[in-house]
Amino acid sequence: MRKNGPFILQRAGIDPVSGEQYDASDQSFAGSGRESYTAVLKYSRRKFLRNSALFAGSAFVLGVFTGCRKEELPAVVEKALPTGTAGEAAFHPNVYIALNESGDVFVINPRSEMGQGVRSSVPPAIADEMEADLDRVHVIQADGDAQYGNQNTDGSTSMRNLFDQWRTAGATARVMLVSAAAANWGVPPEECEAENHEVHHRASGRTVGYGELASLAADQPVPEAPAFKPRAKWRYIGKEIRGTDNRDIVQGKAIYGLDVKVPGMLFASVEHCPTIAGRLVSYDATAALAVPGVRQVVEIPVAPMLTGFAPLGGLAVVADNTWAAFKGREKLVVEWDLGANAAYDSASYRAGLEASAAAPGIEARNVGDVEAAFASAATTLEAAYYVPMLAHAPMEVPNATAWVKDDGSCECWAPTQDPQTARATVAQFLDMDESNVTVHVTLLGGAFGRKSKADFVAEAAVISKAVGAPVKLTWKREDCIRFDYFHSPSAQYLKAGFDADGKAVSWLHRTAFPSIQSIFAPGVTHAMRAELNLGFLTVPYDIPNMLCENGAAEAHVRIGWMRSVSNIHHAFAVNAFAGEMAHAVGRDQLEYLFELLGPDRSLNHFFPESGPYGENLEKAPYHTGRLRGVLRRAAGEAGWGKVRLGPGEALGAAVHYSFGSYVAWVLRVAVEDGQVRVLRADGAIDCGTIVNVDRVRAQMEGNLVFGLTLTFNGDITVKNGSVEQSNFHDYPLLRINEVPETHVHLIESEMIPGGVGEPGLPPVAPALTNAILAATGKPVRELPIRLA
Amino acid sequence: MANFTLTVNGVEHVVDVVPGMPLLWVLRDVLGLTGTKYGCGIGQCGSCTVMLDGAATRSCQTPVSAVGEAAVTTIEGLTESGDHPLQIFWDERDVSQCGFCQAGQIMNAAAWLRDNPNPTDEDIDRLQAGNLCRCGTYLRIREAIKSAAKFVEG
Repeated sequence: MRKNGPFILQRAGIDPVSGEQYDASDQSFAGSGRESYTAVLKYSRRKFLRNSALFAGSAFVLGVFTGCRKEELPAVVEKALPTGTAGEAAFHPNVYIALNESGDVFVINPRSEMGQGVRSSVPPAIADEMEADLDRVHVIQADGDAQYGNQNTDGSTSMRNLFDQWRTAGATARVMLVSAAAANWGVPPEECEAENHEVHHRASGRTVGYGELASLAADQPVPEAPAFKPRAKWRYIGKEIRGTDNRDIVQGKAIYGLDVKVPGMLFASVEHCPTIAGRLVSYDATAALAVPGVRQVVEIPVAPMLTGFAPLGGLAVVADNTWAAFKGREKLVVEWDLGANAAYDSASYRAGLEASAAAPGIEARNVGDVEAAFASAATTLEAAYYVPMLAHAPMEVPNATAWVKDDGSCECWAPTQDPQTARATVAQFLDMDESNVTVHVTLLGGAFGRKSKADFVAEAAVISKAVGAPVKLTWKREDCIRFDYFHSPSAQYLKAGFDADGKAVSWLHRTAFPSIQSIFAPGVTHAMRAELNLGFLTVPYDIPNMLCENGAAEAHVRIGWMRSVSNIHHAFAVNAFAGEMAHAVGRDQLEYLFELLGPDRSLNHFFPESGPYGENLEKAPYHTGRLRGVLRRAAGEAGWGKVRLGPGEALGAAVHYSFGSYVAWVLRVAVEDGQVRVLRADGAIDCGTIVNVDRVRAQMEGNLVFGLTLTFNGDITVKNGSVEQSNFHDYPLLRINEVPETHVHLIESEMIPGGVGEPGLPPVAPALTNAILAATGKPVRELPIRLA
Repeated sequence: MANFTLTVNGVEHVVDVVPGMPLLWVLRDVLGLTGTKYGCGIGQCGSCTVMLDGAATRSCQTPVSAVGEAAVTTIEGLTESGDHPLQIFWDERDVSQCGFCQAGQIMNAAAWLRDNPNPTDEDIDRLQAGNLCRCGTYLRIREAIKSAAKFVEG
């Protein structure tokens, strides 16, 4: 049975393979977990050779499709097979492998590389199962296209979602290569084995390389549910693997969004309204146009309050180089109507947030009878916590290059975490069909959630359309800080009741912060369940009476998700309060934290439907045993209770679960004359199966620095609707001389992979403030820390 | 606009730009040498570090008119084949995460290592403190510099 498939390998920019033919009989479906099923598809060789520049010369090409539920699978297959496009969205291929006759293996990486290491983790996962030589595996970066499945690179999901799929692709290829060799030699496949880019027949001493087998392998049937290698035979997974892009980076050859060159491109920068949802009243561009190199000043409609990913709008200065565009902006004479948000002021807003957290809110979790428990408690403790707005501040500012062409198409190059959304957003603002928009993904010079938002990509496209030329848009650092999608400012109130022995018997927690949903929907006053699941409803303490409430908060700037999102403020308040509780009843912080965590047990009952991070709770329950495990390890390595401490020195601990992983930090500080120095940090992570050991360590190290930055320095404030900070002099990042001695400890585990990019961050701040509490006896209830 | 003659990585270029244009943008937008990065534009982050006659210089704070006859070295010209000890150990130690600031880090370290071939951790902290890394790769930067120092010729 031969039918036309609706799949396209890669769109504009590279020859499409639309109308690709494949054998329906060449599909197999293998269960990969409770939720989704994986299908492997073999592409017809000749079609591929003719149509795809991407895999030019590759004789053997596999696509792996996932994302469909088991019960939906037959219908999906049915829909996908007939000619036409009806089923196009139904199948979600996440990865492709190609092998050419020279033995080179190409893998398409659908996720964005922003420093978390995905481009260095796909190859080992695939190569290991394929028995390929890692040095011969090359990574191709996917454009934004729905057929790669979910490409949104956030939520620490790449390994969690794709590890099994990548391995399935690799294992499928291995089995087909072995079959090909066996068929060629006329021996049973069971007598052959694949090893390091070759297939061997030991009995006869014959060996053949993968390259030679490529064409033959393409003619083999796709195996059903190919078995994975036993862990003991992993050669790359769980080992130290050098970064894919290391050599390019150290030679200045790596291409970030900012480095894209398109022939004939112009350079643009945009003067935005200082407030969100203001209005451009009038402007005079005479002086700007007189700046040498400035060509044009283009008005872009200012986005309304419900911004979503709309370009912010304002005046785009288009020039022969970036510097001229920057200088032109300085010469613009602009009158803005600052609009309703001009009344927004951080100080008064904070008072409102704190009032919201102090009063009863919407009940989100209620166990036992908190009020009765407070009434009968021997003692109680109350505390209020505040964390300000934070900016992502990646080293590479938002930027994008766009080219709206005469043929009605648009080609973009962008450092985006979410190329599919970028594509849709560009199409929306150009009033163009999405199929005419191409988004190429460059390396990202840091992102941390900022580059999930497509506003800057759409902005470049709108400017290109206006000037009729390719345009590289560059935000100034000042724009990056002032016009971020900020991490929510938050106020929290906590109250605990204790029995006569100091054991916690009741817990009341209220949180108030503007929701990230506020950029998408009007009148949002409360957090989404998904935000409350980030460290608020997941509090693992063994306390019989617990009440968690969410207070109202409105947004007056763009609110967005930043590395670990609401876990930042929730983990801070929850762990800092635990430290205060221990202090209040005169107990050792660590010992008390273990008591709060209680016996080892699953907390799956918190989430009757699915895990808060989309994880498979059946395979990897949310479990206090793993929390206790990382805490025990970090504390032990830090020498808790044993290490000799100098004057003013103390240890502080915090532990938190997020994105399927468990992290504890124990920090040792010295407090002297109101100055805090971090002397040593011990971090332990249990992220299940580790794919790339070095990148897990790197993310822990990086999260420590990110966490110390926000704990010591992070503070974005607004006055008259405008952000007061603008660059690294007033939004300082941690510097090399401020980084403590750091020890990262990895828990060995055979559980499914958890997230790595974010989980290391939430417990950093409270570990530090708990250490300060231990050193000084004074609680820290506000970030950034400012000791009197 | 005026003509300026620059020697960049041993190659002479004549550029016609305004005198106040920072060397950073001449390198990136006029000469197409994008290894040197824009990070802050105010000399706070060090991403734009190049060498002028061997001395680490923030190219975002250096007007093209101030370069004069100084030889400009960018990351692309630090070595021909990427075999400066810093480049080798940066790879070896897997320093980079996103990598964006690393060219500036390497150029800055390469300049001072010649005069400080045996740096202590404190030396490194002091001499490298002007270079920001948002990913937080500082510990490995320290280690890579220490490893490379043994192989740098003073």
